[in-house]
Amino acid sequence: MRLRRSMMFVPGNNPGMIKDAGIFGADCIMFDLEDSVAMTEKDTARFLVYNALMTLDYGNIEKVVRINDLSSGLGVEDLEAIVRAKPDVIRLPKTENAQDVIDCEVEIERIEREAGIPVGSTGMMAAIETAGGVLNAYEIAHASKRLIGIALGAEDYVTDLKTTRSDDGTELFFARGMILNAARSAGIDALDTVYSDVNNEEGFRREATLIKKMGFSGKSIINPRQIEPLHEIFMPREKDLIKSRAIMEAIREANERGSGVASLNGKMIDRPVVLRARYLLELAGEDPDGEQEQE
Amino acid sequence: MKIIKPATAGTMESSDVIIRIEPAEKPGLEIHLTSSVMQQFGRQIEEAIRGTLEGLGVEDARVEAVDKGALDCTIKARVSAAAFRAADRNDYDWRVKQ
Repeated sequence: MRLRRSMMFVPGNNPGMIKDAGIFGADCIMFDLEDSVAMTEKDTARFLVYNALMTLDYGNIEKVVRINDLSSGLGVEDLEAIVRAKPDVIRLPKTENAQDVIDCEVEIERIEREAGIPVGSTGMMAAIETAGGVLNAYEIAHASKRLIGIALGAEDYVTDLKTTRSDDGTELFFARGMILNAARSAGIDALDTVYSDVNNEEGFRREATLIKKMGFSGKSIINPRQIEPLHEIFMPREKDLIKSRAIMEAIREANERGSGVASLNGKMIDRPVVLRARYLLELAGEDPDGEQEQE
Repeated sequence: MKIIKPATAGTMESSDVIIRIEPAEKPGLEIHLTSSVMQQFGRQIEEAIRGTLEGLGVEDARVEAVDKGALDCTIKARVSAAAFRAADRNDYDWRVKQ
């Protein structure tokens, strides 16, 4: 399982931040060609992110590039450059419906063929940032096999709703619920929006705890300072890990016996229990199928 | 690629380089470099600028570069952007691996 607890935005026209982006421990880096880049610098940012991806080694960190939307007149040129630099994922902003995903995929596939890149190797994620997009979350999540997740972009969304963001996130409950359920129904990740006030760690922790409890896979972040608290919140509790290891051990023993039924402390282990145990161990960076060390 | 007007790309921030390209007063590439790491890397930075321009087919240009410790990939990106702006073109061929 690829962890996407922390997806860190890096402005695409800032060489210093691009150079250092890999050292903070974020699960994913999202190089941004869209909102953080001035209209007059779209060309320079495209050159910079392209050359950085062609040159710099970010190890196992997932590399995502947020392009400009296709209707802006910039998106296709962004794809022409960026797909050839082979990021893991292209993030499509302002996704309104399934057709937006399909249109982007058609361009990605064309460029993959032209560049001799295996077709299908470029992943996609779609950011939903309007009321219409939220209502279409299900069709968006199911629009392409390339999608690894869908994300909420809350700043544009609350403006569309004619409200503003609040500390408790009341205004986002519906969008979060829709996006989460749409993503999970498609078997992909659900990714929460940014928390913009980087100096308010308490507020950030509250929001991260809420979205983790809801079932989100992770959150976009805008500052490396947000990585540690986010990973801490997503780390399963030790007592849950101990139980999960025991569940997986019981499953292994049952398999070795050739039995289809496993039990722990006299209780039968159901499939959802196994899936949950597996997920918790993967969140903690453990191999659920690995043998436990003997004490 | 013909340089027809002055153009700039990059910033004065750390890890960046600002490149100004303008039409040449005489044939060839004339590069004036100022760098915070001139002693150690001056020659290498100049070669990166020259190599990028040659790769783009720019034969005649005057270049002013102020480097603030940029990586080679940043230099290449800023030179490419400045050259296309100075040639008043936006038809960069991404199919050609630079």
